[in-house]
Amino acid sequence: MDRIYLDYAATTYVKDEVLEAMKPYYKKHFGNPSSMYESGRYAKNALDKAREEVAGCIGAKYSNEIYFTACGTESDNWALKGAMEANRAKGRHLITTAVEHHAIMDTAEYLKKNGYDVTFLPVDEYGMVTAQQVKDAIRDDTVLVSVVYANNEVGTINPIAEIGRVTREAGVIFHTDAVQAAGHLPLNVQEDNVDLLSISAHKFYGPKGIGMLYIRNGVKIERLMHGGAQERKRRAGTENVPEIIGLAKALTMATEALGETNIRLTELRDYMIREIVEKIPYTKLNGHPEKRLCNNVNISLEFIEAEASLLSLDLAGIECSSGSACASGSLESSHVLLAMGIPPEIAKGALRFTMGETTTKEQIDYTVNELVQLAERLRKISPLFQQMHA
Amino acid sequence: MYTEKLIKHFQEPHNVGVMENADIVGEAGSPTCGDTTTVYLKMDGDVIQDISFQTYGCAAAIASSSVLTDMVKGKTVEEALKITKNDIVEELGGMPAEKVHCSLLAEDALKTALHKVLEQNK
Repeated sequence: MDRIYLDYAATTYVKDEVLEAMKPYYKKHFGNPSSMYESGRYAKNALDKAREEVAGCIGAKYSNEIYFTACGTESDNWALKGAMEANRAKGRHLITTAVEHHAIMDTAEYLKKNGYDVTFLPVDEYGMVTAQQVKDAIRDDTVLVSVVYANNEVGTINPIAEIGRVTREAGVIFHTDAVQAAGHLPLNVQEDNVDLLSISAHKFYGPKGIGMLYIRNGVKIERLMHGGAQERKRRAGTENVPEIIGLAKALTMATEALGETNIRLTELRDYMIREIVEKIPYTKLNGHPEKRLCNNVNISLEFIEAEASLLSLDLAGIECSSGSACASGSLESSHVLLAMGIPPEIAKGALRFTMGETTTKEQIDYTVNELVQLAERLRKISPLFQQMHA
Repeated sequence: MYTEKLIKHFQEPHNVGVMENADIVGEAGSPTCGDTTTVYLKMDGDVIQDISFQTYGCAAAIASSSVLTDMVKGKTVEEALKITKNDIVEELGGMPAEKVHCSLLAEDALKTALHKVLEQNK
């Protein structure tokens, strides 16, 4: 049996159509878009077209509001550092949440260390913040609000449009890390009053090493990369043309298939959750039951440490993650689950399964069956389970 | 990242479970990662006649407990007290550096039990 990949939130493969679209730009049309001769112009045209496509996919008014970066992390770093630095005259206050990806969390901590004032909004039991919380936290010196669109660990979707109304009214810049949302949810920066938005291609069947930051025209933001005049003098560095083409192609395909993907994966997601909860005692779904990404299942198996479950699944040919992939090398419980008020011993048993276009019901059945067996086996070894039943 | 031997001990651990007629029970917990191990001993005078364990922890913690029970069965208290986490790691054919502390749990649980034996035999 082929290995079962259930970690699409970590990364995806590159779709054939995407790879084909990229290929000509590695060799045949390798020109530098900054060069004024024919091959440079060809690359520049391709770049402009990609920019227009991306703008269309996220509901941006102008294609010159699309800035390509090296990854989602760069986009997040740029949004926070760039906006805070450029608007120091207004103030030094940044509002974000306790459940952000490390790319936001660590950047906010860095800013805090460097004299900025950061508010980390607490979340409810599902990992969600409300627009009211944001409204209450905004002060005269607040420059920026950054709220994750959909959480990378538990998949909970935040009320982005409602928060956008609040920030717009207060005249505060609004950034959202939409790295997990892109390709799974319809994005519309105009309707949602989003000023800055980060995405990363390898989360929706595009290549790794390419991201995008949407910057609404008129938003003041300092440069992160200094050097050449690329990206309208805002992001120096020769454009990664093939991967930009890949990002645009992948996002276009994902956006076109959005409705269909959502229906199929939501069904599969709910089926998997039902099966696990019914067949394995002492399990807990982490995250919102409905307002969650269509492909995310995050479940805690009590009395078992996720690392042991991960290895058992790996040996059975199943690939998933505990918490977020970035945290599985470290030994701490996920900051997201702890912020949701989940006790550390339950947080430590959390497994994240994220489905994709190749995931089938048969794969889910096989996975659930393996989970049933490993839960039984590891609980026999666990003194905590024994104590429960003593 | 794990050796074949470690994985085997994780998948099919030896001497697992509560020992109903145990003479001594030793427990250890890691405050940093929340792992716990319980060790049960059946003594024949100074000799460990039988041993079993239960562990809540990662694969390395489970495998360490398992291999340690093999290492000390039939040994005297004095001999068993000499075994450290480094011996456990070596017996398993090595371990990633960040995982070595997980095998301390098995050592600690065993030593807690062995000290109880010494206390009783005083």
